[in-house]
Amino acid sequence: MTPMLKTIADSLPTADTAPVQIRVRDVEKTFTVGPQKIVALQGIDLDIRRGEFVCLLGPSGCGKSTLLNAVAGFQPPTKGAVTVDGRTITAPGPDRGMVFQEYALFPWMTVAQNVAFGLEIKKMGKAEIAERVEWLLQKLHLQDFRNRYPKDLSGGMRQRVAIARVLALDSPILLMDEPFGALDALTRRTLQDELLRIWEEVGKTILFVTHSIEESIYLADRIIVMTYRPGTIKRDVRVDMPRPRDGAAPEFNRLKRELSQMVMEEQQRFSQDEIRSVTAD
Amino acid sequence: MSQAKPRFSPAVVVRGALVPVLMIALWQGLSSSGMINPVVLPSPVAVVERWWAYLLPADPYDPAQSSWILWALSGEMLFDAWSSLYRVVLGFAVGAGLALPLGLAMGGNPRVYALFDPLMQVLRPIPPIAYIPLAILWFGLGNAPAIFLIAIGAFFPVLMNTIAGVRHVDGIYLRAARNLGAGRLTMFVRVILPAATPYILAGARIGIGTAFIVVIVSEMIAVNSGLGFRILEAREFMWSDKIIAGMFTIGLLGLAIDIAMNRLNNHLLRWHRGLEN
Repeated sequence: MTPMLKTIADSLPTADTAPVQIRVRDVEKTFTVGPQKIVALQGIDLDIRRGEFVCLLGPSGCGKSTLLNAVAGFQPPTKGAVTVDGRTITAPGPDRGMVFQEYALFPWMTVAQNVAFGLEIKKMGKAEIAERVEWLLQKLHLQDFRNRYPKDLSGGMRQRVAIARVLALDSPILLMDEPFGALDALTRRTLQDELLRIWEEVGKTILFVTHSIEESIYLADRIIVMTYRPGTIKRDVRVDMPRPRDGAAPEFNRLKRELSQMVMEEQQRFSQDEIRSVTAD
Repeated sequence: MSQAKPRFSPAVVVRGALVPVLMIALWQGLSSSGMINPVVLPSPVAVVERWWAYLLPADPYDPAQSSWILWALSGEMLFDAWSSLYRVVLGFAVGAGLALPLGLAMGGNPRVYALFDPLMQVLRPIPPIAYIPLAILWFGLGNAPAIFLIAIGAFFPVLMNTIAGVRHVDGIYLRAARNLGAGRLTMFVRVILPAATPYILAGARIGIGTAFIVVIVSEMIAVNSGLGFRILEAREFMWSDKIIAGMFTIGLLGLAIDIAMNRLNNHLLRWHRGLEN
């Protein structure tokens, strides 16, 4: 079968030499909640190269989703800017397809209709839409579910549909907000493997938010560990292990221990903050 | 919840029929005893006989005059039921047809909402029945005032629910659609409208219930056909058996409308999570 998505992986020797695609410069984001001013992000500088798989890792409240939403264009930063291929992001768009943790499928559309929706917005021809939808349904093993409604699908199946829906757009960038967070461990692993397979095939840039240390090591080229309030970049860790990665390998575990320590430091600050807010009431 | 039982097992039928059968037996007993004047309370047998006569064609079948089917449908009751149903459907279509676009606009646009909401809040508490004098003054007698009243009865439930439906669309759908590149029109037609349908259909159901109440009342005043007209006419002749037979028919028509709405609801919301039973 001829590939239906633009493949850039072939033209890239390694992710190291690829041009920078997402550029985050001195981004700050503050929220006001009642009398409190919360600094969700502060002084974030981050360059992501084309074709890179980057995980944002950290405990709740570290601003990893806020950063993703700034790249997606849902929440513009208070200060600083995000540029994609040199253009400043001001609004969401189909060049940055987003996969949400809560799937966000349209329940009134069947699986096939959900996948086709973005293409219909693009005003693509009917025959071409049908062909591409078919190809994506095959790719994500959804062909037997094309006429089902989301309510009749399991969580894993729903997330496959959501992935097919953004892949249909053929956007150069995929943004994923804890996409597998609500799934059981086995389904999660299956979808992680499928995501890697697709990523290697079509060479998208992926920015992936997770709070699972193992998931980030299993998937990413780079792991960005974030601090708890204000959200800053604590460490930028390269993962050079060849894929598929073995969760039992000593190298995997060494990295896991190292990352756990960093994340736990932030988790403790989060817990102390929670206790403080409870005792203050 | 409870263990799976067949819906119509003998035990279920007996239990369901027990109270109605007792009531009818008591009613028949009272009538047969002669304690109550049959003009005040006719016997159930008399009501059933009257209902049957009301249903059947008045004239004997004559093949030279019309086809068999037309003859079978020429009974007074079917004509009355058809007249009432026609008014309900037409009045509802007018009322809901006006309420839906206005509700979508008010729910989707705060400026439109601010413009129309004060007027709607003033008009909404006025019962449709209170428009009867005005309706007759404006439209005279006949179908026009009846349809006007029914339209008012259907308008407000559909309007209020459409506004609520548009406002309660889950933000995650809007974010997903914007991410896929949806513009304003696509967002409205393909996302907001379908997401609001559970609310809109709930409003439609209340609206058609109100329409059915209003049709009976308006037939008692403005027209000389329909089920509402017929039971008021029967009172003038002191035909209490026909009044009760007519009421029974009104109940059946209401039930039929409700079942039809329920079917439509289940079809349009087949994607909806609440309908898995």
